[in-house]
Amino acid sequence: MKLTLRIWRQAGPAEPGRMVAYEVPDANPDMSFLELLDVLNERLTLEGDDPVTFDHDCREGICGACGVVINGQAHGPRERTTTCQLHMREFSDGDVIDVEPWRSVAFGVVKDLMVDRSGLDRIIRAGGYISVNTGSAPEAHATPVPKPIADTAFDNATCIGCGACVAACPNGAAMLFASAKVTHLNSLPQGAPERTERVLNIVEAMDAEGFGGCTNTGECTVACPKGIPMDSIATLNREYLRASLGRK
Amino acid sequence: MAVTGLLMLLFLIVHMLGNLKIFYGRDDFDHYAGWLRTIGEPVLHGAWYLWIQRFVLLLAVVLHATSAYQLSRRDLKARPTKYAHHQRAQAGYATHVMRYGGITLALFIIYHILDFTTLTLNRHGVEGAAYDNVVSSFSVWWVTAIYIVAMICLGLHIQHGFWSAAQTLGLNRPSRDRAVRGLATGLAVLLTVGFLIVPVAVLAGLVD
Ligand code: HEM
Ligand code: SF4
Ligand code: FES
Repeated sequence: MKLTLRIWRQAGPAEPGRMVAYEVPDANPDMSFLELLDVLNERLTLEGDDPVTFDHDCREGICGACGVVINGQAHGPRERTTTCQLHMREFSDGDVIDVEPWRSVAFGVVKDLMVDRSGLDRIIRAGGYISVNTGSAPEAHATPVPKPIADTAFDNATCIGCGACVAACPNGAAMLFASAKVTHLNSLPQGAPERTERVLNIVEAMDAEGFGGCTNTGECTVACPKGIPMDSIATLNREYLRASLGRK
Repeated sequence: MAVTGLLMLLFLIVHMLGNLKIFYGRDDFDHYAGWLRTIGEPVLHGAWYLWIQRFVLLLAVVLHATSAYQLSRRDLKARPTKYAHHQRAQAGYATHVMRYGGITLALFIIYHILDFTTLTLNRHGVEGAAYDNVVSSFSVWWVTAIYIVAMICLGLHIQHGFWSAAQTLGLNRPSRDRAVRGLATGLAVLLTVGFLIVPVAVLAGLVD
């Protein structure tokens, strides 16, 4: 396959950036999108050019490190698929593909396609945990959890914190991410003691990071590689209302 | 936004149904319009109820618009850089036009009050003669056109707004999603069609 990539190049956080076109004449339909970038980078390095910086780690769709906007879609055109799991067979010979970093005030560009997503980490620190004694953790099966609740919690626990929801949202909101954390932990008995503070702290942290407000456009759920649903956002709102009204 | 929006929606349903009384003729409609000024008597005096309702509605409109303004400012600030490759929106048209639709509705409300409440812009403009005032306005094609555009905006606004309010208030559940979406579309169609029957009937000469 012969492809043209137009990639956002930006030397540093405060530098101006622009789209730069690169030809990749030797693309293979079985390559992942990141492997395509590897091939390009190898050539750029050999030619003495600066390779394209992008984030990645597991390359099997579970860590949440990768993620670029491909032709205006976070993680590209394939539903429920991270950039690392997207293969070039989704594209056709001769395609021109635009590759850009996540865009949001809360995610500053570090270099090229890499953005600073530590805002999401600070949201986790504010409430994405349960307090237990480690080392002497109780037997997990000692606390019975009804199957539907376990399913809801598990579905929401699949959020990998990639930030595609923020990138896709026209408001740069982190609502889907935050709602996955709140729904995951607030549904479970293990999360119950901190149920109220969790949702209040997470929302406060989200606001402090400069993420936008949710207007229920649903763009996030289309981009989310893990299929976190709009219903999680309703759950966050319900938990938030309950917590603000001071109900126990 | 959810609470004030639902409050206005409740008013609109009653208002739409009341408007349909025009099909019972001049006396019936004018009598109804007169009664609107005396609701609550004798507990309340004269038009007290009307003024309470006007106050609550004004408050709702102002709070709704203020929240919309604050939210929009925050959202535009959070996402100042557009993608070079146009982002193909997955959301429906109704979701897309909430801001413009809301502004259109605010302007429409001002125009509408000048038309039928203060009668400033009304061609007939006789206090107490609600029926003839309505007929005189909607006999003019472009007045009816303004109402048609505004009511389409209203329908779109409600279609997204109602579902969004249920979402904000945490009332949505997977098991209810279809019902809530269906209700949103149903209310949107009901209000748009229900409101538009009157101006269209006047313009078509069915009410005169
Ligand atoms: C085409 C549809 C509509 C028609 C034919 C219509 C007709 C009228 C009439 C005749 C009155 C005066 C009633 C009276 O004082 O006796 C009135 C009042 C009012 N209308 Fe409408 N209306 C329509 C749509 C709307 C919409 C969509 C809204 C809101 C967005 C609205 C908001 C109001 C308000 C707030 C008043 C009361 C003003 C006051 O007395 O304080 N109307 N309408
Ligand atoms: S909710 Fe989905 S899109 Fe958002 S961070 Fe989690 S996995 Fe990524
Ligand atoms: S690199 Fe880990 S999810 Fe893509």
